[in-house]
Amino acid sequence: MTTAVQLLIGTRKGAWVYRSDAARRDWSVTGPIFLGQIVNHFVVDPRGGGTMLMAAKTGHLGPTIFRSTDAGATWTEAAQPPAFPKSTDPRSARAVEHTFWLEAGHADEPGVWWAGASPPGLFVSHDDGVTWESVAGFNDHPMYDQWVPSGAGTPDGPLLNQIAIDPRDAKHMYIATSTGGVFESRDRAQSWAPLNKGVEVTFGPDPYPEFGQDAHSIAIHPLNPDRIYQQNHCGIYRIDRPSRDWRRIGETMPADVGDIGFTVLTHPREVDTAWVFPMDGTTVWPRTSPGGKPAVYRTRDAGLSWERQDAGFPREQGWFTVKRQAFCADAGAPVGLYLGTTGGEVWMSDDEGAGWRQIGAHLPEIYSVLATPAA
Amino acid sequence: MRVSIPSQLQSYCGGATHVEAAGATIDEVLHDLDRRFPGIRFRIVDEQDRIRRHIRIFVGAEAAPDVNVGLKAGDDLLIFGALSGG
Repeated sequence: MTTAVQLLIGTRKGAWVYRSDAARRDWSVTGPIFLGQIVNHFVVDPRGGGTMLMAAKTGHLGPTIFRSTDAGATWTEAAQPPAFPKSTDPRSARAVEHTFWLEAGHADEPGVWWAGASPPGLFVSHDDGVTWESVAGFNDHPMYDQWVPSGAGTPDGPLLNQIAIDPRDAKHMYIATSTGGVFESRDRAQSWAPLNKGVEVTFGPDPYPEFGQDAHSIAIHPLNPDRIYQQNHCGIYRIDRPSRDWRRIGETMPADVGDIGFTVLTHPREVDTAWVFPMDGTTVWPRTSPGGKPAVYRTRDAGLSWERQDAGFPREQGWFTVKRQAFCADAGAPVGLYLGTTGGEVWMSDDEGAGWRQIGAHLPEIYSVLATPAA
Repeated sequence: MRVSIPSQLQSYCGGATHVEAAGATIDEVLHDLDRRFPGIRFRIVDEQDRIRRHIRIFVGAEAAPDVNVGLKAGDDLLIFGALSGG
């Protein structure tokens, strides 16, 4: 059973919306929305209510959050976007360079949203995204300067690049960062502890530090929130809580492909099924599809084995990759998969990855794709 | 005083290229602008009151290093979007 899908697409130069028919066969496009704005994340409230949020900035202007409460027909700006507290020491004063991730709060907390920023910062809104406040539990943590060491970061700056909430418990949260790896809170972001045991670091002297990893993406399974997949800068991992040990499941990937990538995705109903989109992490780290042959890899046994899913993708000379927020699934049967590329192409599979077709092209570099039921 | 608004910020001002604003310092002028055009100030200066990296502010022909620069009657305040990459 499938229904019409809406893809919210954030790019380096604005946002677009793709909408399908009920069969997910024919697509229409609207946009650009905020042409020229760097849109790192474009989301809609999964709890209902219809609020859309967009994390945006431009090359010249500071960051902001745009809001729509009428399915994107009109937009207003957050009255108080995410910002660090005013500091008395201008040398160490942090300023939000951009908001990278937007996360709806727990289902029991309507109107609550969380945001992750660069430099790594956690922010919360209690009024549906109108005003945001700094979360001291992370931003002013005594270990902050070690979890976010000076000079660390990605080419786009150091990131608090993901927030995930245990669907069973609003107080149980995870964040992923590019400077310290994964952190866990059990008291609704008041305190945090690293959760990186077993995750390798190949860019420092200690291969298994307590923190310092670069967690590109994590995926909590919605039906078994104790199962978490992670696509790290240094491989693909899985953890089954309450264990604190990550197990590397990417070593079963083909050696000529490797297990480096930006993103990991879970199946909405099958706990042992996940997808990744590998990129080339050898030599000078091209971060392109390995060998110029784009492919998704799927595991159906929690990482014991992987199968290549590349039907429909270019057979050669395809050099794109897929960023952290640009790979997603719908809840259909079969599941529809969607990805946006660094080359501005939108691809979909309507059979859980078996076959792929391009449904959009010529967009700017795509930063985020979110599949939601069409309004 | 007369404030020149760059193309990047004219959406906040109904498309105006110039607006009138009041204040004894650049900071006061920016707050005055923000009262009338909500959100504009945070896109010009950050939460530490620093002028953003790709924004330039001039008082007449003089570049302003920060928002504490004093203003006098008759000054023109010019806000520019500087070079910021592709």
